[in-house]
Amino acid sequence: MTRTKLFRLAFTVVPCFCSLALLTGASSPSAPEMPVIDITAKRFAFAPDKITLTKGKTVKLRIHSEDVTHGFFLRPLKLDEEIPAGQTIEVAVTPQEAGTFTLICDHFCGANHGNMNMTVGVE
Amino acid sequence: MKQTDRRSFLKIAGSSLGIGVLYSAYPAAHATGEAGDFFNTLGQSSGEKLTPFSFVQLSDAHVGFNGPPDPLGTKAFERAAEMINGLPQRPDLILFTGDLTHDTEDRDVHVQRMKQFQEISKRINVPVIKHVPGEHDAGLDGGALYREMFGDTYYSFDHRGVHFVALDNVTRAKPEVGAEQLTWLKKDLARFPKTAPIVVFTHRPLFDLRPDWEWFTSDGDDVMNVLSAYDNLTVLYGHIHRDDEHQTGSVHHYAARSLIFAFPDPNGVSGPRKPVPFDKDHPFKNLGIRTVAFNGMPQPGSAPLSIDDIELTAREFRGINGVQQLLRNSKV
Repeated sequence: MTRTKLFRLAFTVVPCFCSLALLTGASSPSAPEMPVIDITAKRFAFAPDKITLTKGKTVKLRIHSEDVTHGFFLRPLKLDEEIPAGQTIEVAVTPQEAGTFTLICDHFCGANHGNMNMTVGVE
Repeated sequence: MKQTDRRSFLKIAGSSLGIGVLYSAYPAAHATGEAGDFFNTLGQSSGEKLTPFSFVQLSDAHVGFNGPPDPLGTKAFERAAEMINGLPQRPDLILFTGDLTHDTEDRDVHVQRMKQFQEISKRINVPVIKHVPGEHDAGLDGGALYREMFGDTYYSFDHRGVHFVALDNVTRAKPEVGAEQLTWLKKDLARFPKTAPIVVFTHRPLFDLRPDWEWFTSDGDDVMNVLSAYDNLTVLYGHIHRDDEHQTGSVHHYAARSLIFAFPDPNGVSGPRKPVPFDKDHPFKNLGIRTVAFNGMPQPGSAPLSIDDIELTAREFRGINGVQQLLRNSKV
């Protein structure tokens, strides 16, 4: 096998192993997976409009803006993020307080901005 | 340094017309010591004699708004203009605390709404009208169109011994003032003694009134750290479409009602905010008159201001304006 073929093999096999490891989580088999909740922001609503979290349990929120820049604000959970237009952000949150909260878009996004919110329950 | 009587500075009395709030200021009537010296200096530099005066706060006309909570359009704003012109005591100033217009992404339409606001404003027989933007005026374009039509989004001026500061907490799209404006604010106020009478007017509350309804300013604590150094400072704001009073340290905060529709008392209401439903039998309900009177030196445990509310449809005033109205009518 020539050096070039060896190189090609390395660039074919190694990424495959890496991808497989990422997909299966095999790179850190002992670490518990952080649950992910996908949220979409689009004028003038979040989808889903209600999520439920568990007190003391960390969860990753993956928020995507489908149109303009939105805010993602909930003071009791220390959430204060900007979601740039068309982009996705991720934020980990560990609720410390049980209750039902109203999360709002606090980046002015248009006429009905004041009604853009979602309910966050913490059990 | 002499101690100066608080009541020497800012006496507030007036009528909230639902349309807003009329304030009377008597800044120099009894000023002594440091404050007296300051007033004299200010008077000499501005050329203005320090005399009592009144002003009106208006807020949230949302010109161009077309939605279910209020089918009246600009009628309340127009009624407000009429009522101000009928006040027994002509105010020196109008302070408009934001949301002059309702937002639209069509620039030409927004220009028309701003022109319509200016046309109605011109009917008010008051020589000076000052504005700050609301998020519906300036939140979508960073305040570009507002600046073209109304000028700076933050500034200050002096009037008869009172220093007025217009603060902008909307043009950054988020509810915040920002570091640049905060630096300007510190510099602007640095020349004043701590006893100077100061009125700050802005759109959103500078304290956490109801953050989940976006009734707050995220860097409001930083702003209040600057403002709380002053003993006689009043903050006037809008945004919440209802009257409200709040105190942080020595600073008093007053919200004016809107000219379009009302929001409910946030206390005891959970979940998202919803407007008070329109009452066709009482179209100006919740847009009534509020009178505010300063009672002199505040006593421990008592409020320094007394408040009186009268509906927008009222033809007669109460409080100081009522007395003045009676006196004027008795001369006829």
